[in-house]
Amino acid sequence: MPEALSLLCRVSAHPESRCWALAWSPSGTLLASCGGDRTVRIWGRDGPGWSCRAVLADGHQRTVRRVAWSPCGHYLASASFDGTTCVWKRQENDFECVSVLSAHTQDVKHVVWHPSQEVRGHRGHLGTGGQPRDTWGHTQDTQTPKGTPRDPQTPRRSHSHALLSPMSRLCHSCVPCPQLLASASYDDTVRLYREDDDDWVCCATLEGHTSTVWAVAWERSGQRLVSCSDDRTLRVWERSESGEGQGQGSGTEHSWKCVCTLSGYHGRSIYDVAWCHLTGAVATACGDDAVRVFEEVAAVAPGDAVTFSLAAHVPRAHAQDANGVAWHPREPGLLASCGDDGDIAFWHYQRPEGL
Amino acid sequence: MVGGRSALENANPLIYRRSGERPVTAREEDDELPDAIDDREIFDLIRSINDPEHPLTLEELNVVEQVRVKVNDAESTVSVEFTPTIPHCSMATLIGLSIKVKLLRSLPDRFKLDVHITPGTHASEHAVNKQLADKERVAAALENSHLLEVVNQCLTARS
Repeated sequence: MPEALSLLCRVSAHPESRCWALAWSPSGTLLASCGGDRTVRIWGRDGPGWSCRAVLADGHQRTVRRVAWSPCGHYLASASFDGTTCVWKRQENDFECVSVLSAHTQDVKHVVWHPSQEVRGHRGHLGTGGQPRDTWGHTQDTQTPKGTPRDPQTPRRSHSHALLSPMSRLCHSCVPCPQLLASASYDDTVRLYREDDDDWVCCATLEGHTSTVWAVAWERSGQRLVSCSDDRTLRVWERSESGEGQGQGSGTEHSWKCVCTLSGYHGRSIYDVAWCHLTGAVATACGDDAVRVFEEVAAVAPGDAVTFSLAAHVPRAHAQDANGVAWHPREPGLLASCGDDGDIAFWHYQRPEGL
Repeated sequence: MVGGRSALENANPLIYRRSGERPVTAREEDDELPDAIDDREIFDLIRSINDPEHPLTLEELNVVEQVRVKVNDAESTVSVEFTPTIPHCSMATLIGLSIKVKLLRSLPDRFKLDVHITPGTHASEHAVNKQLADKERVAAALENSHLLEVVNQCLTARS
């Protein structure tokens, strides 16, 4: 199957370090990468390959974990283990750090822009995921041990309190309406939120994974999402239209169910998943160094189970753990991946015949 | 000493005899032949790690044992189980982190490392294992200069 996914170009993006994450600009002309070398790098097409256009090195003191473009493409936000989130403004040929947000007291893990919010001045609406207080060594883990009685008056420490919740990784939906926010967490769940009177409320908790959920990705329709986990499985979740809450007016909870679990394909923790909004293909980045692509198998009869099959598998896509995958927003089949080897690889994906 | 001046959690740990030096085989002395990384080699890397609380090594406290080290050189995997001296040892995560860091620094990048608590030997086994397996948390911990200093103390050979 390797011919389904062919390597176009490989660049040493963060040499001597790891590349944690990637993000295509909305138009797809630029790719941003970030890594353990504390930098953000901007990549653009250069003939048949890709070359570095800018190195954003003066923003962060520690690993840069995530990058996110504003919907207009003029701003880039970066989240770092140093506890800050930087907002960069795109200039002619460079980026200028226009704001350093330092509300978090610990590592910032993820940052996303509100999809429909225009950036006013330099403060758009940003949601970030932080890190619980240091739990190594001296103190006990902050997690409540299983079976510990919980004061019923105290709300469960879910990440439904706010967008700025600890331990969660966020993913904004890119669907027109209704706007939903999904977060993936160390607590093994995915949670969904909707906007309610200037606030965000948790409207669904997706339980099923048996370890940390590393990432979530929406299908274009917004009716389904896929999550990937340290439990080495992918789960596809679907909004159920025939929930009992239907017809009860506003405020009804969403009903979501797991319609497909893909297990047995991944050898280690799955760190990222991307659902292509152009072709419907699902790509994963795995701790076994591989990049894989899955395709949904068309149902023969209505009511058939949702199934996905492995369409492409590159076992040694990276020399170490693969950390990120990102489909190009405009060009079907163009996929970028990154890994602990510090490389970015660009792939062309062609759906195999007979799938 | 990490826990300050407060009383030790396990004031009188059982002390075990250290294993001898690894016997060198004729094959290993032949520079022409490649030597696979074996269990004993991994064990030699971690047995001299200092316990955070006692002036003793992890081997002397039986926290690490050669039989709990599994290496597969061909598949580039290393698995180490460690046994805290008491089931409520609050240093378990730090000990696991020290083992992990020692191996990360010593082994080629191709190796996948798994460091776990010996099943059934610690009250928070699942939580500690989960934390140690989370490479993002390990990476963030190693950028924390205070924590890194504590880990480095565990990894520094005592004279």
